[in-house]
Amino acid sequence: MITLEKRPQPSRLWVFATPVLAVVLTMLCGGLLFAALGQNPFETIRTIFLDPLFSEFAWFYRPQLLIKGAPLVLIAIGLSFGFRAGIWNIGAEGQYIVGAIFGAAVGLAFYPMESIIIFPLMIVAGALGGFLWAMIPGILRVRFGTNEILVSLMLVYVAEQLLASMALGVLRNPDGMGFPGSRNLAQYDSATSWINQSAGLHWGVAFAFIAVICAYVALSRHIFGFNVRLSGQSPRAARFAGVNPSRLVLICMGISGALAGLAGLFEVSGPAGQISIDFNVGYGFTAIIVAFLGRLHPVGILLAGGLMALTYIGGEIAQSNLGLPIAAIQILQGMLLFFLLAVDVLTNYRVRLGKRGIA
Amino acid sequence: MDLTSINPILLLASLMVAATPIILAAIGELVVERAGVLNLGVEGMMITGAICGFVVAVNTGSPWLGFLGAAVGGALVSLVFGFLTQFLLSNQVATGLALTLFGLGLSALMGQGYIGIKAPSFPDWHIPLLGDIPIIGPIIFQHDPMVYVGLFIVAGVWAFLKYSRAGLILRAVGENHEAAHALGYHVVRVRMLAIMFGGACAGLGGAYLSLVRVPQWTEGMTAGAGWIALAIVVFASWRPGRLLLGAYLFGGVTVLQLNLQAAGAEIGVEYLSMAPYLATIAVLVIMRAGRAPGSLGQSFHASR
Amino acid sequence: MTLKTILAGATLALGLATGAAADGHEPVTVGFVYVGPVGDGGWTYEHDQGRLAVEAEFGDKVETVFVESVPEGPDAERVMTQMALQGADLIFTTSFGYMDQTIAVAEKFPNVRFEHATGYKRADNVSTYSARFYEGRAVQGHIAGQITESNVIGYIASFPIPEVIRGINAAYIHAKEVNPDVEFKIVWAYTWFDPAKEAEAATVLIEQGADVILQHTDSTAPQAAAQAAGNVATFGQASDMAEFAPFPRVSSIIDNWAPYYVARTQAVIDGTWESTDTWDGIAPGMVGIGEITDAVPAEVKASAEALIERLRSGEYHAFTGPLNKQDGSAWLAAGETADDGTLAGMNFYVEGLSGDIPQ
Repeated sequence: MITLEKRPQPSRLWVFATPVLAVVLTMLCGGLLFAALGQNPFETIRTIFLDPLFSEFAWFYRPQLLIKGAPLVLIAIGLSFGFRAGIWNIGAEGQYIVGAIFGAAVGLAFYPMESIIIFPLMIVAGALGGFLWAMIPGILRVRFGTNEILVSLMLVYVAEQLLASMALGVLRNPDGMGFPGSRNLAQYDSATSWINQSAGLHWGVAFAFIAVICAYVALSRHIFGFNVRLSGQSPRAARFAGVNPSRLVLICMGISGALAGLAGLFEVSGPAGQISIDFNVGYGFTAIIVAFLGRLHPVGILLAGGLMALTYIGGEIAQSNLGLPIAAIQILQGMLLFFLLAVDVLTNYRVRLGKRGIA
Repeated sequence: MDLTSINPILLLASLMVAATPIILAAIGELVVERAGVLNLGVEGMMITGAICGFVVAVNTGSPWLGFLGAAVGGALVSLVFGFLTQFLLSNQVATGLALTLFGLGLSALMGQGYIGIKAPSFPDWHIPLLGDIPIIGPIIFQHDPMVYVGLFIVAGVWAFLKYSRAGLILRAVGENHEAAHALGYHVVRVRMLAIMFGGACAGLGGAYLSLVRVPQWTEGMTAGAGWIALAIVVFASWRPGRLLLGAYLFGGVTVLQLNLQAAGAEIGVEYLSMAPYLATIAVLVIMRAGRAPGSLGQSFHASR
Repeated sequence: MTLKTILAGATLALGLATGAAADGHEPVTVGFVYVGPVGDGGWTYEHDQGRLAVEAEFGDKVETVFVESVPEGPDAERVMTQMALQGADLIFTTSFGYMDQTIAVAEKFPNVRFEHATGYKRADNVSTYSARFYEGRAVQGHIAGQITESNVIGYIASFPIPEVIRGINAAYIHAKEVNPDVEFKIVWAYTWFDPAKEAEAATVLIEQGADVILQHTDSTAPQAAAQAAGNVATFGQASDMAEFAPFPRVSSIIDNWAPYYVARTQAVIDGTWESTDTWDGIAPGMVGIGEITDAVPAEVKASAEALIERLRSGEYHAFTGPLNKQDGSAWLAAGETADDGTLAGMNFYVEGLSGDIPQ
């Protein structure tokens, strides 16, 4: 009989060893899967995990990791506060969309004027858009006790309709021959978030790193971080410690909404370039996984975001070079997540072999 | 605009069919959450059920066996989630999302040889006598059997939770797993069974799409229905009766907005398309949500 | 040496290398970027059939690669760049939303040829191609107008973009021509693919009296809804949907990209590839009309086939005056045909259709 025994302290060794173990297990099982699909397992695993970093064309892929990972990290950092405090914002996708719409609208309103103040205004608008969209579930929960899971999720679909309506309506490019989609902001110097396109650097990448640092400081050094952690572990104790639960809900929703909105703004004004019907590609949902994979810790989130980005980019290379279907990549990603989540048990628990004692 | 072209009887009748996949998936998730487990992988289990049901139905020629296969497929894939969250104590939110990703990939791989094939037909039941009642007959008693299976499961879950001893244990486990454990109940066993039930129901919901609604296999065919099912469970405040209300409300507003469009209503299409989601939020605010099960989403580890 | 110069150097080197490949030194590599999964049974499925036709035609002389489910935006740009880096000579980008990315990547790889589906931006190494699906819609309208008994035709539209609006107009004009009492009921689903929603839309239209359903969404759900209703005819969309023949599916529009893909690949092999703008209809076979089943009365079938023949021979244009716009203003004088520019950006209904195009 195998039993688990809770460790008094999380094992420091396993904190670092478990992700490695998970990746190794994924490679083993993934290799079996690819072999079953008639591929060379070694070549496939190498293509997915190593080619983006070390192949002949790694100079192109490495910056792409920043582009793909930045929105995931930025959104996940925002979500991690709420998740620690037991506040379930699963509608970051909607806040991401609305942030992009707000920010892009400000930029497009100034077109074709060139000015240094346009981009800062867009940043403010993007954050505000995401913030306001997140305030809807926040305020409904505080004021009416409405469940924020449902409201934030439903607002994703509302935001998608809004996005389609914007791409087809007021934000449509007047020079676009009647096709949907806005002007390309990446080609509008005052409104683009690109710093250096070939290096994969845009302001979203910079903000993602800043957010990681700020979150680290806030969680480990600031009373706010303490309150968040306390509320998650023991709401009663938090109340005795003077934490106002309503205010905490609004702050956590606000932070996650604003960061998601920022991620949307940086994406629309840089890598994506324009508001289009299919602008959102699921970053808001993937970021939830990234947040938990990173154990809700800022540094962990940074690494998890990088790992997710790696599997996306490696997966694309495997598709085009080896003819692997995207379904196999999705299964591999699912397995990687399963293993990462499963082996975490070793950090907090000791595995004991032998008979369970009589209680 | 010509509102007289909207026939309320037909509208209600089609609503019962439209709401069925969501009802099936949602009632399963309701049981899972009442046992204190939050499985966000409904979409992944639905699509797995959709392909399993389709493969079995096409190969055996029997839609009934297809639905059985879908339930088994959904339950099997939910076991992955159950094993990780119950035995390895992994985070439920993240594991559920990973299950969705996994299910989408798995189903696409399984369905590679099944594109462009039609499922064996699954005729409507015209229930004798009841189906002939004017007005009510066509609304309620002239559908395919799975519509009634769905309603039967909802009624069964309601009775199970309210009257049976096993239902009481399940609720106790969901409310306070420490206390339930102290009373000698097997928390993990109860939760594993609930998770499998949830997976089976989600599988049935997915198969309803691939065998009745579409009826074909295409990748990603659930197109977000699993997420709506999750929202409906919250809307229902974890009560089976309100779950039906939620599913019919959501489906009803969807069908109504399409009806208004077809009748030429002078309302922007984008606002009509938002209506089902906004209406669900609005009704939830008015009705007030009930309390979630006390241990929802928390891992349980028996410390002797 | 900055990253930018490395990038420029590498692209130059690769550009030269691929230029050589096009001269027949090694197998010509053709890349395909798909917006959906190849198993979608519709848009992407048909593009992939075109890819398979290229493989079948050229055998060892050509190697094809593809990446599926590529979201529009930065992911598409990365996939295209990656294909170009890995030595693709010709890349088909098969979604309108890839337009700006295709142009951007093509600029960096002057010796790789790009073919962008349904867009309007071209360059020396970027061609565009699209199909005159409205010719097929004209045939559908011609059949639908004659077989409807209720005189109500339901139309499941996806998004209000020129492509869809063209289809509605073409179908309406030709239905009206054969049946002056015909009325169109249009439902905008705001999705390209959502079986549940499509089924509901079809059911709603049937309940409101439609006995013919035309669809511009890709799933077979409307076919199933029509079958359940019993006496409602439908047309296959994107693929033949022959599983639902002979009734409810009485005919179909099939996207047939194979001849074009084969011809363009041949041009690269021969070194005769040039940037062009192709908009092909029934005549070259890009728009296929699926078999008209015997559920359609023989004389209707005969006249529909005559219409197909007139469209094929170029004797007749699907938009031939006299035609007015919805507001009654004159559009085309008698005998005048629509120019491609107007058709490409079409954002108005023709006279007789009711309701507004959502903006």
